[in-house]
Order: sequence, then structure tokens, then C-alpha cells
Amino acid sequence: MTKTKTKKYSSYWDRNAKSGGYLFKKDVMGVLISICRFVLLFGLCFLILQPILNKISVSFMAEEDLYNPIVVNIPIHFTGENYRTAATIMKYGEGLVNSTVISLTIALLQTAMCTIVGYGFARFNFPLKKLWFGCVLALIIIPPQAFSSSLYLHFSYWDFLGIVKLIKGSGINLRGSVLPYYLMSATCMGLKNGLYIYLVRQFFRNIPIDLEEAAYVDGCGMFKTFTRIMLPQSKPIITSCFLFALVWQWTDGYYSKLFLGGKVLVSTSLATVVDSLGVYIARQQGSVNEQVSVSTQLSNCILSTGTLLIVVPILMVYLFAQRAFVESIASTGIKM
Amino acid sequence: MKKKQKNKLAGLQKRKAFAGYLFTAPFIIGFLMFMIKPMFDSLYMSFCEVTLSPGSVGKKFIGLDNYYLAFRVDPDYAQYLVDEFSRMLLYSVGIIVFSFFVSLILNQEFKGRGIVRAIFFLPVILNSGVMLGLEENNYLMAQIANTVEEATAGVSMTAVLQNVLRTAGVGVRAYEWVFEIIDNIYDVAVASGIQIIIFLSGLQTIPASMYEAADIEGCTKWESLWKITFPMISSIFLVNWIYTIVDFCMRSDNDVMDKIQTVMITNLKYGPASAMSWAYFVIITAFIALTSFFISKGVYYND
Repeated sequence: MTKTKTKKYSSYWDRNAKSGGYLFKKDVMGVLISICRFVLLFGLCFLILQPILNKISVSFMAEEDLYNPIVVNIPIHFTGENYRTAATIMKYGEGLVNSTVISLTIALLQTAMCTIVGYGFARFNFPLKKLWFGCVLALIIIPPQAFSSSLYLHFSYWDFLGIVKLIKGSGINLRGSVLPYYLMSATCMGLKNGLYIYLVRQFFRNIPIDLEEAAYVDGCGMFKTFTRIMLPQSKPIITSCFLFALVWQWTDGYYSKLFLGGKVLVSTSLATVVDSLGVYIARQQGSVNEQVSVSTQLSNCILSTGTLLIVVPILMVYLFAQRAFVESIASTGIKM
Repeated sequence: MKKKQKNKLAGLQKRKAFAGYLFTAPFIIGFLMFMIKPMFDSLYMSFCEVTLSPGSVGKKFIGLDNYYLAFRVDPDYAQYLVDEFSRMLLYSVGIIVFSFFVSLILNQEFKGRGIVRAIFFLPVILNSGVMLGLEENNYLMAQIANTVEEATAGVSMTAVLQNVLRTAGVGVRAYEWVFEIIDNIYDVAVASGIQIIIFLSGLQTIPASMYEAADIEGCTKWESLWKITFPMISSIFLVNWIYTIVDFCMRSDNDVMDKIQTVMITNLKYGPASAMSWAYFVIITAFIALTSFFISKGVYYND
């Protein structure tokens, strides 16, 4: 029996001959396809990673290397000077602390509120639900810039139901203070919060309703059911919403500029790093009122370094929580 | 007895409705306070001449003058709008095709799939917010590109191909669009992180038995792509299309958005800025509604 088997499948070429050349053709095709796939994916991955790699190499170059056309990727004179310069200009220490505190608190607040609201939309039937959910969709679609002009004024002369005006005679100027943005986050109006609500709702809708019904039958209240039964199950979506909120808040320039303008944040200081560079260099050279022109290479180098300084913290978060980012979107099963 | 039961049920439903409102209350309050009010304010402002004085905002109704100003007087706005709109159309199609293609590849089994997927998703995190506009004027990148171009002068494959196709003379305009997308493949690849993941999740919901059955019936891979994969994830196309357009409109390196911001914050012209943003918003919404209507007609739902 074994003998016939070994004879039957004696060699690859025999088997190939038996199949009329099909086996060989199939295997060659398989190898060719995987080579093509490798080349294609390698190219595309390189395309995406190239700017970061480029920034890393540039950030270590001394100024003379920047003007040297022979130096492309590997610097001749290694230096950490760029990091020091960029960190000083961006007030990196202060910005890092501020950004961390604000991003963390805002992300926590937004995630908590969006989870609650998302659960409400997923599980309860109430009058006008469709209308309000339409509002969530509208929140996703409407760019915040579309009504920012009046929001800007709204917070310049902010008033809660006219109470303040009665006491003080005019509204409070909340622009430049942190309060409006926390208020907006607490009411799900922050950056991309519509998307988080949608994701959370989608997640809860995929969980079978039996568990909750069992809890209700056993006399568990609505809130207790939510906190004791639904929340522990929804760890993945909460984690990923939190991570998205954290990262997008970290890099956000728009809301930060509008509402947190007074604070030193890494994102807003990166946006102005090139302008500040001229002032910085002028001050270093001793001339106070003269604007020194900065070469494009140097300003680009500092810009790259500054970008790296911002990116490194979130890159670390991404490295550790990569799965949570990618799989959250995949697991919710977004459908129309 | 029956009546009592019905009453109780109604009570539960009432309680559920109440709880539903309680749960969604933060959003509803926020929407009314920070969305509806500012939106109507800005809509009203777009018909007004807004004057700022310390402590108060003066609004004088002037009809459609702001819109006239935006479209007919302002030298850039209309031009930006057309440019940005055509760019959006082109890129959205490019992004959809690209991400569909990439997700098809990433759905196959091969070594290092996790790493490749992580890299494709990386731009979602890195190229957000302030980082978006910075890539635009990357002088060094341009320099390197120039160096490469000089080194390979005349032997550029794509340039030769472009020339050949151009002289072919058929549908030159269509070729130009394709060339633009290929030239800016970086922008396309960077903008399609989320779309790839959404497509992938859709691809994984297609039961393998369908492909098996098709294979046994003698269906080639190419046929099963169009006859099984494409219809099964057609609803995902709709989601991605909407997401792509919305994402594109909200990008901070958008010319129209830039223009509105300048008019508002630098020039302090709140009226015209509101008019511009409303015009932009209405056009985009109409476009999304129109295209989704047509796409949703072709969507196939399996269940």
C-alpha cells in the first residue's frame, strides 16, 4: 500500500506530468502573483513611510549638510541641535504637558458622552428618534467650519439663557478660555464626535438584545443594565473611540486655534514654527528688531524636526494599540 | 386583566422612551446649543452686514449682497470653489478605486499582512489636523524628485507611457485625469486608510462558500470578482463614497476653507464668510445627496 503511494507521488515532475502540466503552471502563477504583490505592496508602503523616514534623516543633519547637494539621506555631521532648536521654539515642554492634559481629558469626556449617547440611540425607542439620529448624521456631514463664524461670535459674547446678562449687563467673553471646548465635548459637539456616536451605536446594535432583557426581567434598572452589563462588553469600541479622540485631538489645529488659542499646545505651535524661527534666529544673533531671512532648507529642517516631535508620542500609542485602532472599525460592521 | 397588562407594557415603553431621551440628552442639548443656534445665526448673518463693536454685534439685513460679493466680486472664491469641486470629484473616485484595489490585495493570505495593514492605516493618525498642510510645501521632497528626474532624464517610464497615450488621441481628457491621480498617488494613498479598513471588513463578511460554489461551477477569479465580490460589498461603496467626500471637504488644506478662514479671522468680515461657508455647504450636501441617491439605486442587499 505504502509502496504504491510512494510510487504514485514519486516526484513533482511526475505529478506535474499526470496533471497535464497544470500543477507546474499553477505553482508558477502562484509565485509570480506573490512577487507582483510584494513589489506593489513594498512600493506603496515605502510611499507612505518615505516622508517620515525623510524627516528622521533630515532632523539629524547639521546646517551645512542641508546645503550640501551630495548629502541626501545619511547626514555627514550628526547633530541633535535641530531637536533643541525646535523644542525651544515650540516651547515643547510646556506644550507637551498642556497637550497631554487637554487631549486626555477631552478624549475621556468625549468617549464617555458618545458611548452614553450611542447606547441611547442603539437600544431605546423614543419619539422623534429618527429625527435626532438624522441630526447625528448631519453632525458628521456638516464641516465645523461652515458655522464657525457665528460660533466664534457666540463664544465671544457667551451667555447661558440670558442669566449672565441680567447680572452683569453683557455676556462673558469665553474665547481664549478652555471652558467652551469642554462644554462642547460634554455635549458631543467636539471634533468628529458624530462619527464616534455612529460607531458606538453600530457596535451596540450588533450585540444581542437578550442579555439586557434578561437583566430587565431580573429587576435590573436601565442605568444599572448599561453600566453592569453593556459597558464591560463594549471595551473594544470604547478603547478605540478613546484612542481616536486622543490622537485626533492631539493633532487638531482647528478647534485648538479657535477655542484653546491662549494655551501653548504642540499642534498649534507646530503650525507657527516656521514664522517663529526667524524671530528666534534674530534674537540669537543679537538683532532684536530686524527680521532675519531664513533659508528654505533650514526652516524645512526645523519643521520636519518639529513634526517628528509631535508625531513620536502618538506613534508610540499607535505601536502599542495598533489592533485597537484597526479592528474597531472592522468589528463594528459599518453598513448603510 | 388584559387591560392591566397593556397598561404595564405602555408603562415600560414610556419608561424606555424616557430613558432613551435621558441617554441621548447630552447630544440633543449640545446640538440645540452649539449647532442649531450658531447655524441659524450664521445663516442669518450671511444675509446681514455684521459690524463689531465692543460688547455687541450689530446686524443689518442687506439681502443677498453677501452672496453677490462672494460669487461676483471676490476674485478667488468662485474659482476656488470650481477647482476644489473638480479636485474632490477626481480624488474621491481615485481614492475609492485605490482603496478597493488595496483591500482586495490585503484580503489575501500572505506573510506580513498585519504590518502592511498597519502601515496603510498609519496616515489616518499621522496625516491629520495640522500635519496635513505641512506636506504640501515640502521643499526637500520636491528637490529629491527633481534630482531623480534629472538622473533618469528621458527614461521615465510613466512619461513615455503618457506620451504614447496622448498621441493615441482617444479620450485625451480622461487620460489626463488618470495621469493626475497617478502623479499624486501619495495623496491618494494617504487619504484612503479608513476606506481600506471599511472595505476589508466588508470583504470579510462575504461567505467563503459563495466563492467555492462559483469555483466549482467553473467561474474564473475575474468573474467572481465582478459577480460576487462587487455586488456583495456594494453597500460599502456607498459608505466609503460619503465618507471620502466628507473627509475631503473637511481637510484643512482645502482652498475654500482657507479662503473662508482668511475672510473671517484676518479680514473680520463675518457676513461674507458666512455666505461663503453656506454656499459651500449647500453645494456639498446637494452633491452628496444626489450621488448617494444614484449609488444607492445600484446597491445590492443580500439579506
